[in-house]
Amino acid sequence: MTESSGMAISLRGVERRFGEVAAVDGVDLDIAEGEFFSMLGPSGSGKTTVLRLIAGFDEPTAGTIELAGKPVHHLASYDRDVNTVFQDYALFPHLNVIENVEFGLRVRRIAKAKRRQLAREALERMRLGALETRRPGELSGGQRQRVALARAFVVDPKVLLLDEPLGALDKKLREQMQIELKDLQRNLGITFVFVTHDQEEALTLSDRIAVFNDGRIQQVDTPENLYSAPATEFVASFVGTSNLFDEQAAHRLLGLSGTYTIRPENLRFIAAESGRPGRLSGTVRNRMFIGSSHRTIVDVEELEISVLEPAGSPNREIGDAVAIDFNDADVRKLRTDGLSAA
Amino acid sequence: MRIPAPVKAVLSVIVCAVLAFVYIPLIIVVINSFNASQSLGWPPQSFTFEWWIRAFSDKVALSALGTSLVVAACATVIALVLGTLASLALDRFEFFGKEGVNLLIVLPIALPGIITGIALNNAFTTMLGMRLGLMTVIVAHATFCIVTIYNNVFARMRRMSGNLRDAAMDLGADAFTTFRLVTFPQLRSALLAGGLLAFGLSFDEIIVTQFTAGTGVQTLPIWIFDNMFRPNQAPIVNVIATFLVIVSIIPITLANRIGGKAATGVA
Repeated sequence: MTESSGMAISLRGVERRFGEVAAVDGVDLDIAEGEFFSMLGPSGSGKTTVLRLIAGFDEPTAGTIELAGKPVHHLASYDRDVNTVFQDYALFPHLNVIENVEFGLRVRRIAKAKRRQLAREALERMRLGALETRRPGELSGGQRQRVALARAFVVDPKVLLLDEPLGALDKKLREQMQIELKDLQRNLGITFVFVTHDQEEALTLSDRIAVFNDGRIQQVDTPENLYSAPATEFVASFVGTSNLFDEQAAHRLLGLSGTYTIRPENLRFIAAESGRPGRLSGTVRNRMFIGSSHRTIVDVEELEISVLEPAGSPNREIGDAVAIDFNDADVRKLRTDGLSAA
Repeated sequence: MRIPAPVKAVLSVIVCAVLAFVYIPLIIVVINSFNASQSLGWPPQSFTFEWWIRAFSDKVALSALGTSLVVAACATVIALVLGTLASLALDRFEFFGKEGVNLLIVLPIALPGIITGIALNNAFTTMLGMRLGLMTVIVAHATFCIVTIYNNVFARMRRMSGNLRDAAMDLGADAFTTFRLVTFPQLRSALLAGGLLAFGLSFDEIIVTQFTAGTGVQTLPIWIFDNMFRPNQAPIVNVIATFLVIVSIIPITLANRIGGKAATGVA
C-alpha cells in the first residue's frame, strides 16, 4: 500500500484528534481516478471528518494526504483541485442561481461572457435553465441540490466531494437524485467521493465503499463483496441485516470456533413432512410481510435468527417449531481483531 | 389563538392608553413649536413660524447640531470597524477567556452612563493627560456604540451557515475574497441596522458627553438641556425637538425595513 500513482486520492496514516478524542484514527485509503467511492458509517464514525480533511477545511494531526500524487495536506482548500457539495448545500443566499454557479469561475477571473456561458451549460445539464435568476431561498430542496452540484462541477475539478448530499431530501426525490448522480459521475468521468450513513444508498451508487466505525476503516471493498463477505461483525451488521454467531454460539450451534455470520436470505426452513432434523431448530417468534419477501424471526436458544423467504412461501404460525438449513459456503468467518464494534 | 371579546376590549384600551401616554406629549411638543405665545400657554391661541425661523438662524443651536452629527458619525465609523472585527474574531476562533472577552465588549452598554463618564474623564485627563474635546467625546461614544454593531454582527454570524465560508474557499476564493464576496454581503444589513442604532445612541447621549466634552464642545442634547429652562429659548427647543423627531423617524423606519428584509432573505 505504498504505491499511489494513478490514484486520485491517497491517505496514509491520517489522524485527526480533538484533544483526547481521535475523530479519525489512522486511516489509509486509495481512491482511483474516475471511481465512485463511498464512505459509509454511522454518525460520528469519522467519515465526514475524512472528507473535510481531503477538502482542506481541516488539517490532519498526523499522516499525509495526496491528490493525484501530490501532497496537499498543507494547502488551503482554495489551492486544492477538489470541490465539495455540502449537506446543507451552502448556496450563497445573496446571489441568484446563476451567480452561485458562476462563483468559482468569477474568483478564477474568467471573463464575464465566458463564465456566464459555462454556468448556463452547467445549469442546462442539471435541467435548471429556467431558474437562473431565482434566489436559493425560492428553490425546493431538490433544486438547491442540483444548483450545488452545478456550482461544484462547473469549475472542472478532478474530484467531487459529496457530504451526505441527499440526506435532506424525501425518499422519492432521493432515489431520483441517486440515478442523476450516478449518470453525472459517468458523464463527467471524474472521481466522486460520497459520504453517507445510508447503506442502501452506498450499495446502489458505489464502485467501492469504505465502511467507517470509531474513526477507523473496517473494510474497503466492492458493494457485492461487502455484502457477501463482510470482514467484521460491524460490517456484517451495518451493511444489510445479518445473523451473528459469537464465539460461544458458533461453537455450540455451528460446531465452529470464531465469530460467524449468515445472511437471512441464505437460511431456509425444512418442510416438516420431510422429517429431516435441519442444522438449527427453534420456535417462530414473529413473521412479517415486507413486499417481495417474508421475514421470520426464530428463537434458536438465546439467539434471534432472521430468515428471509420469497413471498408465497408456506405460512408459519407464531409458536411453530421449525428446522432451519443452510449451505456451508454461506457461513462467513468474521475478523475479530479488536476493530469490530461490540 | 382565540381571545375572548371582553379580554380583547380591555387589551385594546390598555394598548391605546400606553400609546397615548407615549405620543401625546410628543404631539404637544410639535404643536408648541408653532405656538405663538412665548410662554407656551395652553391651549395655543394662535400659530406662528417665527420659532422655526429663529431656530434655523440660531448659530449656537446649529453648531451644536453640527457637533452632534460629527460625533455620532465618527463614533459610528469607529464602532463599525472595531465591532465587526471583534465579532468576526469571537465567532470564528476558540480561545481561552472567550466568554470573558464577550462580556467585556457588551458591558459598556449596561454600565450606567455616569460611571462610564467618570471613568473616562479620569482616564483622559489624569492617566493619558489629554485635553477634553471633540476627540474624547468621540472615543467615549464609540465605547458603547461598538456594542450595537458587535451584537448585530455576532447574531448574524450565528445564523449564517459556517459552510458558506468553506464553500467560497472550496470554490477557490482566498480569505479576503471570501470576506468581500460572501461574508460582507451577508453582514451588510446587520451593519446598517447596527450602525443606525449606534448613530442614534450617540446622537442623544448626554451623561457621558458631559464628562468627556470639556467646555468648548457642545452637542445638541447638551444645548437643549442648557436652554430648555430659559423662558425665551423654550419655543426654539420645541422646534429642535420636533425637527429631531422627524429626522429620527427616517433611520428607524429604514432600519426596521432592512431588518425585516434581512430576516427573510437569509433564512
